Amino acid sequence: MGKTLAEKILSNKSGVDAYANEIVVADLDFVMGQDGTSPLAIQAFREMNGQKVFDRARVAMVIDHSAPSPLEGVSALHHGMREFAAEQGVILYDIGEGVCHQLMPERGHVVPGDLVIGADSHTCTYGAINAFSTGVGSTDLAAGIISGKLWFKVPESIKFVLNGELSPGVYSKDLILYLIGQVTADGATYMAAEFTGSAIRAMSVEARFTISNMAIEMGAKVGLMEADQKTISWVRRHTDRPFTPVAADPDAVYAEVREYDVSSLGPQVACPHTVDNVKPVEEVAGTPIQQCFIGTCTNGRLEDLRIAADILRGEKVNRGTRLIVAPASRQVMLDAIAEGIIQVFLEAGAAVVTPGCGCCVGTHNGVPSDGENVLSTANRNFKGRMGNNKAFIYLASPATVAASALTGRITDPRDFVK
Amino acid sequence: MRLHGRAHKFGDDVNTDYIISGRHKFKTLDMKELARHVMEDLDPEFSSKVSKGDFIVAGKNFGCGSSREQAPLAIINADISAVLAKSFARIFYRNCINTGLPVLECDTDLIQAGDELEVDLAAGVIHNLTSGVDIPIKPLPPVMLKILSDGGLVEHFKKHGTFKFD
Repeated sequence: MGKTLAEKILSNKSGVDAYANEIVVADLDFVMGQDGTSPLAIQAFREMNGQKVFDRARVAMVIDHSAPSPLEGVSALHHGMREFAAEQGVILYDIGEGVCHQLMPERGHVVPGDLVIGADSHTCTYGAINAFSTGVGSTDLAAGIISGKLWFKVPESIKFVLNGELSPGVYSKDLILYLIGQVTADGATYMAAEFTGSAIRAMSVEARFTISNMAIEMGAKVGLMEADQKTISWVRRHTDRPFTPVAADPDAVYAEVREYDVSSLGPQVACPHTVDNVKPVEEVAGTPIQQCFIGTCTNGRLEDLRIAADILRGEKVNRGTRLIVAPASRQVMLDAIAEGIIQVFLEAGAAVVTPGCGCCVGTHNGVPSDGENVLSTANRNFKGRMGNNKAFIYLASPATVAASALTGRITDPRDFVK
Repeated sequence: MRLHGRAHKFGDDVNTDYIISGRHKFKTLDMKELARHVMEDLDPEFSSKVSKGDFIVAGKNFGCGSSREQAPLAIINADISAVLAKSFARIFYRNCINTGLPVLECDTDLIQAGDELEVDLAAGVIHNLTSGVDIPIKPLPPVMLKILSDGGLVEHFKKHGTFKFD
């Protein structure tokens, strides 16, 4: 019987011929935690009588969510991570290095066919480069750090066949928002999402990361794609570790196959306070916006910043609207400086902040005021997400956010895309 | 094991940001402190309304969103004895089993806010003492039962040093 991508990778890593709904204990290729989850994992590691990590070259801790520290309490937790990293010799990415989900693939820690866990729900991002990667909590992370293994229920798979070609001004963010609106916040719970079709093949690897990143917002465990030549060259630029891409079998069994033609899709906006409350931009155009945010593990990559800069170049952010930009990593920021993109943002009146999670998680760097509307390139718009439960968060593509920053209202970016 | 308390009702898609907000959870590992802020964005008075042993009762997809394990830990420390919902999000569900918080999949339409409940975990049934209705609980997968019966994943690892399900 044929296998899905998820069944293949979990079979390879567990040594068991595994199919959906079976339980396997599998070997992990890489294990990652961030500053919201690592402190509890370190505590669990000690409680489990952990002495040594399974492989210090395959464990990373990333200080990105609340970095640099805005508070004494946060500083103490960061200190604990630095101490643990020094004691165990694991990889530490300290403040300013970037968002964990940018760093894992960028620094070559993930290759096609890998099995990766991260104590962060958006670990599903690396599915875009053909890795089974999924989010776990701190205790699972501790177990993974000690043993190099974790148990998994092999997920059923839901396949999205995305045909056609995205129109100018419409991006992978619009597509994934649209799909989440269609399947809803729990439409793929416990499942692996597989994304395929001509629209995916036409996308850059960076654009594909945006799709896989948001698989969790429909409840999925992972958002997988097959590796094509683009994937292979992208990964080769970031590591020389050998790898074997994994393909789904033609006779693999899917719980559901959903087919879409994306050619007529327009820009989409997720409205407060759930990610699946998605509307075409026309329906919410004109909504006044006080804060715009470009960044995060969803849309803080070089390509995203380029798209935004092309709209902002030579223009000024609307009076009464703030624009905050957080590049996804130091490397992204360096590349953006080299291309003159950061200059464009600064001249337009943006506040460019430290590479990392920025104001997405509500700890620092731009907490909105009561009653304010925020338009963000992030992946979550839950009430209170950005630190104020009386603010309203809308999600959109970098182009929609950049265009709206200029007008001060939610704006269809297609009139601005040159 | 029998749990006894009153129902506090919530709707569908209660995410982990609502259970414990990011603006609190990054600051401390003091779960008693975090417990004071449980569900605060949905009901600012929630933590003061809970009596020891009470239940959170919700609709579908409870615990969606972030992987923060502070969510089940804050619920436990708020003296909630179990969460009852029509369905749970995956990472949260695992985190609850790992930290020893009972999560019970059942038809929560049969429970109203304030109902007095008795949960019989061994028998897999919830007695709604207010309405007189018995509500079956969907059984846990064997692997999760094993981890729960060891007292959570920390205890499982202390005992076995690795994953041991045979």
